[in-house]
Amino acid sequence: MFKSLDWMTILLYVLLVGAGIISIYAASYDFDNAGIFDFNEFSGKQFAWAGLGLLLGGAVLLLDYRLYEAYAYPIYGFVILVLILTIFIAPDIKGSRSWIVLGPVSLQPAEFGKFATALALAKLFDSYNFNLNQKLSNYFRALTIIFVPIILILLQKETGSALVYLSLIFVLYREGMSGLVLFSMLCAVVYFVVAVKFADPLILGIPLGEFTVLLIITLIFCAMLVFYCRDIIIARNVIGAYAAAGVVVTVLALCGIEVNGVIFFLSILGAGILYVAIAMFRHRIGKFLITIGFAAMSVMFLFSVNYVFNNILQPHQRQRIKVTLGIVEDLRGAGYNVNQSKIAIGSGGVAGKGFLNGTQTKLKYVPEQHTDFIFCTIGEEEGFIGATAVLVLFLALILRLVHIAERQRTPFGRVYAYCVVSYLIFHLSINIGMVIGLCPVIGIPLPFFSYGGSSLWGFTILLFILLRIDASRKERRD
Amino acid sequence: MKDYTLNKRKYVIGGFITLLVIIYIVRLFDLQVADDRYKQNAMSNAFLRRVIYPARGLMYDRNGRLLVFNQPAYDVMLIPKDVSKDLDTLALCDVLGITPDEYARKWEEMKDPRRNPGYSSYTPQKLISHLSQEDYGRLQEKLYLFPGFFVQKRTVRQYSSPAAANILGNIREVSAKDVEKDDYYRAGDYTGDLGIEKSYETDLRGKKGVEILMKDAHGRIKGRYENGIHDEAPISGRNLTLSIDMDLQEYGERLMAGKIGAIVAIEPKTGEVLCLVTSPNYDPSLLVGKQRGRNYAELVRNPYKPLYDRAIQGAYPPGSTFKPTQGLIFLQEGVVTTSTVYPCYRGYVNGLRVGCHAHGSPIALKPALGTSCNAYFCWGLKNMIDKRGTTASKQFEKWKNYMVEMGYGYKLGIDLPSESRGFIPNSEFYSKSFRGAHWSANSIISIAIGQGEVLATPLQIANLCATIANRGYFYTPHVVKEVKGGAIDSIYSVRHKPSIKKEYYQDVAEGMRMAVLGGTCRGANLPGIEVAGKTGTAQNPHGRDHSAFMGFAPYDDPKIAVAVYVENAGFGATYGVPIGSLIIEKYLNREISPARLYLEERMLNSNTIISSGVKKH
Repeated sequence: MFKSLDWMTILLYVLLVGAGIISIYAASYDFDNAGIFDFNEFSGKQFAWAGLGLLLGGAVLLLDYRLYEAYAYPIYGFVILVLILTIFIAPDIKGSRSWIVLGPVSLQPAEFGKFATALALAKLFDSYNFNLNQKLSNYFRALTIIFVPIILILLQKETGSALVYLSLIFVLYREGMSGLVLFSMLCAVVYFVVAVKFADPLILGIPLGEFTVLLIITLIFCAMLVFYCRDIIIARNVIGAYAAAGVVVTVLALCGIEVNGVIFFLSILGAGILYVAIAMFRHRIGKFLITIGFAAMSVMFLFSVNYVFNNILQPHQRQRIKVTLGIVEDLRGAGYNVNQSKIAIGSGGVAGKGFLNGTQTKLKYVPEQHTDFIFCTIGEEEGFIGATAVLVLFLALILRLVHIAERQRTPFGRVYAYCVVSYLIFHLSINIGMVIGLCPVIGIPLPFFSYGGSSLWGFTILLFILLRIDASRKERRD
Repeated sequence: MKDYTLNKRKYVIGGFITLLVIIYIVRLFDLQVADDRYKQNAMSNAFLRRVIYPARGLMYDRNGRLLVFNQPAYDVMLIPKDVSKDLDTLALCDVLGITPDEYARKWEEMKDPRRNPGYSSYTPQKLISHLSQEDYGRLQEKLYLFPGFFVQKRTVRQYSSPAAANILGNIREVSAKDVEKDDYYRAGDYTGDLGIEKSYETDLRGKKGVEILMKDAHGRIKGRYENGIHDEAPISGRNLTLSIDMDLQEYGERLMAGKIGAIVAIEPKTGEVLCLVTSPNYDPSLLVGKQRGRNYAELVRNPYKPLYDRAIQGAYPPGSTFKPTQGLIFLQEGVVTTSTVYPCYRGYVNGLRVGCHAHGSPIALKPALGTSCNAYFCWGLKNMIDKRGTTASKQFEKWKNYMVEMGYGYKLGIDLPSESRGFIPNSEFYSKSFRGAHWSANSIISIAIGQGEVLATPLQIANLCATIANRGYFYTPHVVKEVKGGAIDSIYSVRHKPSIKKEYYQDVAEGMRMAVLGGTCRGANLPGIEVAGKTGTAQNPHGRDHSAFMGFAPYDDPKIAVAVYVENAGFGATYGVPIGSLIIEKYLNREISPARLYLEERMLNSNTIISSGVKKH
């Protein structure tokens, strides 16, 4: 087994955790500071967590891989029970009830829900002759496994940790869910951002954002006719008519006659949809239905965005989104963290200010320096080179794990591996996106880096179970 | 069972995260390499942002006399990180004139997180404050020897007179709370404490400037960054002209020496406060500079509470100075006319008895004011409260509303901090204190003569006097007349008119004139000045009666309205009237007539604190 361990992954793991401890030391360093391994400092504690984490990882490796398969559901059930219990016994810390206090240490069960959910999902896909697309109830079973922890963690008021589980959509995608779902989600994000961000100026009597989204919908409609339905004649007719309509409207606008944008787009899309629907009878395919449906749903989504944004979201959520999209500047409130974090990173330059020389971080400008915003310290002290190196390390680890996932011979191993990949993708993209001001602030840690035993142990167990399963792949039945 | 088409989806997932990482790297490149806005934003090691403190606004009295001005002081600052490891401590101590032990203690204090929560080894910290001019000169010459150290010029207050500390206030270092509340302040800044320094802080403080200096790696200053084009010049604070007549203020404080109480004088036509004396007072220069902390603690411990401004914070029973307000209400309500007479058989006898002194009976309003007849006002209140066809509560609410209109029961709104509102009960208060039992005029009769539940500040009494002097209106009293380059609050230019007719004010003023000509205030009958006045002798639970007086002059064209309140000094005529009349005479004639010098002499030298025999509350 020792030989068949994936040492590449272990190397990447050790590099990331090591860099993490050093960053925590730098983030909490002060003029008259104790040593890096001092247990009164965050770095010293993290070092202890990492040491114990390695022991834990070793223990995980020593267990028989079949145990994980056999006990997948019991482990999941146990963690779910702990999550339920947490809601009731956890003390209220800053409005969240997610920490269990055991003497001197506090643990966050949500971090351990990740590997349990991954195991259960893997077990489900490993059932005999399981095929996601075979019947709807299979989707239902998979989604149940995913959504039970989400709901429990939401009840603990840990929105960030709960959202992580949504990333398992990647696993469903890999196992056969239609790519259209991912594409729709991507479109929804784009529509939302564009529609909310660009309220000015008005074009054809409607806001620029709304105009752009309607244009994108029209373009996607045409593109789907060409590349998805592959019906050249219908596509040619639609695109030709749209181009003509576009020219007419542009000329009219130049002459000072403005056609209302909503009326314009709705009428050409409506005409297009009607034409495609009639033309569809001559062909057999359901793809037209999907194309039409997609365009119609897109338009409906666009018109509900404003309602959702203004009526359903909480004011602080709205504020975070507006700050992220750069609509409002709120440097003292919601935007403070991110602005300070951008200043810290930006002041790092190409090569950084050098280890322990970051002024922004030393002067405690950035809150949550050693936890969620740890990436700032790297950006400030190690500069563009260091920050890029960390990103590349993460990318290498994720791609390596994708590679490992694909070489598994059972659905169990593959699904489990993709779960790990999904979690890492989500944590990496949201955490770093937030620190560099591209995502709204959602409080989730940077894996292996952020200070905190639960997070480090959670990811360690997650990763080492995968290594254990992978090490035995050749012994496996096929 | 492998599905080979699904196999390809690894490229989508791998491609997605690769694309995302590339986007993030591009963003990092943008933040860290392409855009140098963030670099400028970050406080660079190479720059020192040195704050330049503006001169705080000066204060003048109404005659242009300079009262409060600035004097330079120097703080020794340092950036701990930049202080060289092999600093010649002995040489530095020699220059600063302190011992190495003191020097070590200063360092400890500076680094103590409880004393200095904003400590950081990367930002300027204050080591020693208020360096003298000579020490500063010596240090400046040798400063190049001590990298990391620099001198920050500050100003401290100086006072041209030891008087008026209660009005002027003083300045102190900001607390952590101030810094949190107002982001103008940084730890170590000064802010106004008490008095005008506090209430006009934003006018007086000006706006801090900043100069950006360059340092080398050893923390030595190398000059201005880009020749100072990024510097901001400080903007000086605004100068204030007070309405106070400092000569009168000083005179009032001398008259009140050895006594506990207050004098408030107001110019009736404008509401400008001419003097606002509280006694005992303290020298404002006690609260300047190094010794401020110790002196402040001593003032707090002083049993006579010199920090307590009795003129605006003291809530006293107004005694007979309250009677004019009652006369006004009775006239306005039609309870009495000027010809209504009430009997006085050495007091008000009607089921209970409120005593009075000997004078003619029955008596009408004006002579009742002149002789300060208790019975007249008790009868008046009885007839008002116990009016047929309505309830005592309703009538009492009417009464209360008149009192509030005249400025009682609420803060008047003077431009000084911590004004007291006095106390005027409402009908609910009585319903509660009589536990719902029936109550009538007799239950509350003592308020008719300013005793019982009612309390007023000397400022409110002076304001009443100003209102009568004006025959029916007042301006909210204020001590600042003009803010140079700014404006005083518009509330001080609004004329307040209680809903009582002008002619009734005239009637009351005549009664007060009678008091001076032949009644209780004969001592205020000045040669050549027509004074109107009202004495007050307020019983109180703390010992001897309080002696009070209010008066205005000249009778036909009032230029000053004054209220005097001396704690535990006996009859209004013994201390209140002489002090009040001396203030009026001094203000209008600038000197005391030879015939009255004996009175001045007696007031200046008398001491009621000893004779009162009262333990201070």
